[in-house]
Amino acid sequence: MDHAVDEARVAAVTRPIRLVGAVLPLCFLALFFCYPLGAILRLSFADGPERLLSALADGYYLQVLGFTLWQATLSTVLTLSVGLPGAYLFARYDFPGKNLLRALAGVPFVMPTVVVAVAFGALLGPQGLVSQALQVVAGPGFTLPRLTGGLGVVLLAHVFYNYTVVLRLVGGFWANLDPRFAQAATMLGAPRWRTALTVTLPLLLPAVGAAALLVFIFTFTSFGVMVILGGPRLSTLEVEIYRQTAQLLRLDVAATLALVQAACTLLLSLVYTGLTAQAAVPLELQPRAATVRRPRGWRARLFVSANILVLALLLGAPLLALALRSVLTPFSEGTYFTLAAYAALSENRTNAAFFVPPTIAIANSLRIAGATTGLALLVGVPTAYMLAHTPTADRRHLSAGRRWATVKWQWAAVLDALFMLPLGTSAATLGLGYLVALSTPELAGLRTSPWLLPLLHTLVALPFVIRALLPTLRARSPSQREVAALLGAAPVVVWLRIELPLIAPALATGAIFAFTVSLGEFGATLLLARPDAPTLPVMIFRFLGQPGALNYGQALALATILMLITTTSFLLLERVRPPGGAF
Amino acid sequence: MRYLIALLAVALLLAACGQSATAPASLTPTGTPASSGRLVVMTHDSFSVSKTVLAAFEQSTGVTVEVLKAGDAGKMLNQAILSKAAPIADVIFGIDNTFLSRALAADILLPYAAPALANLPADLKLDPSNRLLPIDYGYVAINYDRAALTAAGLTPPTSLEELTKPVWRGKLVVENPATSSPGLAFLLATIAHFGTGPSYSWRDFWRDLRNNEVYVSEGWSDAYNAQFSGSSGKGPYPLVVSYSTSPAAEVFFSDGKLKAPPTGNVLVPGGIFRQVEFAGILKGTNNEELARRFIDFMLQPAFQADIPLQMFVYPVDATVALPQVFTNFATVPAQPAGMTAAQIEQGREAWITQWTKLVLQQ
Repeated sequence: MDHAVDEARVAAVTRPIRLVGAVLPLCFLALFFCYPLGAILRLSFADGPERLLSALADGYYLQVLGFTLWQATLSTVLTLSVGLPGAYLFARYDFPGKNLLRALAGVPFVMPTVVVAVAFGALLGPQGLVSQALQVVAGPGFTLPRLTGGLGVVLLAHVFYNYTVVLRLVGGFWANLDPRFAQAATMLGAPRWRTALTVTLPLLLPAVGAAALLVFIFTFTSFGVMVILGGPRLSTLEVEIYRQTAQLLRLDVAATLALVQAACTLLLSLVYTGLTAQAAVPLELQPRAATVRRPRGWRARLFVSANILVLALLLGAPLLALALRSVLTPFSEGTYFTLAAYAALSENRTNAAFFVPPTIAIANSLRIAGATTGLALLVGVPTAYMLAHTPTADRRHLSAGRRWATVKWQWAAVLDALFMLPLGTSAATLGLGYLVALSTPELAGLRTSPWLLPLLHTLVALPFVIRALLPTLRARSPSQREVAALLGAAPVVVWLRIELPLIAPALATGAIFAFTVSLGEFGATLLLARPDAPTLPVMIFRFLGQPGALNYGQALALATILMLITTTSFLLLERVRPPGGAF
Repeated sequence: MRYLIALLAVALLLAACGQSATAPASLTPTGTPASSGRLVVMTHDSFSVSKTVLAAFEQSTGVTVEVLKAGDAGKMLNQAILSKAAPIADVIFGIDNTFLSRALAADILLPYAAPALANLPADLKLDPSNRLLPIDYGYVAINYDRAALTAAGLTPPTSLEELTKPVWRGKLVVENPATSSPGLAFLLATIAHFGTGPSYSWRDFWRDLRNNEVYVSEGWSDAYNAQFSGSSGKGPYPLVVSYSTSPAAEVFFSDGKLKAPPTGNVLVPGGIFRQVEFAGILKGTNNEELARRFIDFMLQPAFQADIPLQMFVYPVDATVALPQVFTNFATVPAQPAGMTAAQIEQGREAWITQWTKLVLQQ
């Protein structure tokens, strides 16, 4: 049978899909990213580029840029070093409560920073849970040293937030990686470290790189963690942009800094695509059931327990403190258990016009997150295919003489980096861009459209979907598809029965992140959600904006509900499996 | 054939994009000010009003009031300025005296000499051109944690200068004036009090505060809920820059558990700033008449009496009776800082920059 004929057949059917795949994402990016960004840049530099040059020459901003890069690098390294063992744990071991634990690890991602600050306070504050527990042991009067911001707290918070990125992106890919590679190396006498360094790590590199890039860009544009947990002395580019826009309305300086930030993101993404595009090799991915095992022997058990302990202390404790505080109300007479805060949520005690019962806020959050997930997959999957299809392996064969192939590869790398850009673009600038773009009479209707928030969230969710899919798409070996095609299966059937089950885990990871990003997004939602249709984080923020035990209690109760909703959604999303069977 | 499919798909996409831009306008009520029967009010996050009070206005005029919450006061004003070519609302409410001059200079408002203005105290009418009309006011002041001070054997400070003494080391949390409205108000109060002169200026005071380990928080929510020890968050600091009505709010929102506030006001000279909140009609509205009626409505006794318990500030109409929780627990400060809106506008940016260098950077 002629091999090339089948290749051609598959290509013939997939070409229009690929064409749509190329056009759809680009249209999306142009309409919802480039257009509003262009609008604000045009307005910012209406008086000419003088301020641009003077801001670039300002030593203070160079210093800020330096610090921004430095803390992002540290955060990425730290998150990887805590997250990679976790990824290995979830990829290779089966233990009770595994799914629940993985779902819980994603909860920090949806928590507004001010809630995390309150959670840390409830845990480590002078009257927090730890202090209270220690006072029972060490006697009254014992207090923990005060938590006062600084780089240490920022790094800790960045690990707290981004752990799940490494866990899911690397762990997800690792789970389908054939363990026999490593086993073969060990059989041949390679020590463990050598196997890890020369066999496993290179195979994992695309996924590790993807996670590292996302964590880096996320922490590079860090805002809430920086100003609330880090304290006002630390300043990133994003913080400076916010100050220049919100308080001083110095749009030109803000836009200049936003451009610098975007340029850094673009540059970094280009370097990343250059490095990892060559690392991808076709692999026979394995079903997860074939790669996991129960921990046996004391070493394995110790590894599993140690990892779960880290997870519990780092992620579990602050969240648990928050949940406990929502039912334990401290008054001068002592602490007691009460569900008063939960009960108060559905009562409109002050007869306020904008009162919203929690069920509506939950419904709003889920509706927006659901729409975002749908949109992100709709745009993200074709994008990932378009990017993955550019044959990177070919480049190594052809790079010597075939100029065209190199050009094509560069085009894909630029595109790839371009889709990372929304994540690295200042939220403050983009938000103003939307405002300016939507303040023309023709587009004014979109400002209150129910689609605006899902569209905005999709911009941020898209990089996650693409990064989750690409390592798997690039690693899949063509032989399975070829065999099926050879046996006479129609291309659509091949995709449904062979391809879909293969990429389903990555698809689920992307979907979960799209969902998460939307559920936790706060800045844009606060500005654009209608007062009668707030999301859960917006309502939490409103309660924290007023004094009084009842407001505080209701904020914590809603935060606990948000945690429960998030965990349940993750568990449900993970259960969605294609008809072809679990992989 | 396959190109046809591709073309169809592209057309579908464009149709979908176009639809998302236009369809919702007809499906849901939107904020376009051009439509009659609907009045759009742009305001900040803290705006609240009773259902019945708002419904009364809607019934008497036959219009639906749509409220756009646009972040805090500063962000809201910026949005209004940036969208002045095609305003997204008819009325704006919540611009305070720290931003009054910026709003007037940006020329985004229409004048309206509401009849009710005649009955208001003169010192609240800060805009002679009547483009911004006072609706409510409140005082930014330091709150203290009663239990914590008693436990430490301290009495509340009686002057700002006292806060720089060792006994108050590491006890005060303030908000960053660059990102927070009460933070800016407190800074302005200290500038008005200490002045910019060669003797002990506001810079000297803040340098001393910094040396005395003042904690600077990004905004009120974090300062009050996570850092202040007198709130339910039980943070480490017993003094916080908040509002003079916060102790009353603690009682009101205690679910009946508290008979007296757990916190008190430190009403010292130079530590109090009066924030007056204004409303105005946005230039370019097609509903000017309706917007005027809304401003009138905000100055009527029904709305004015509703203000204290909805937003925990004072109504500008002095004839309106205050709720009991206000008369019992909210002390009215005697001497708020004296600074005109013009002085604030002239100094604000430079002061914030100097303060940032002084307290955060050096």
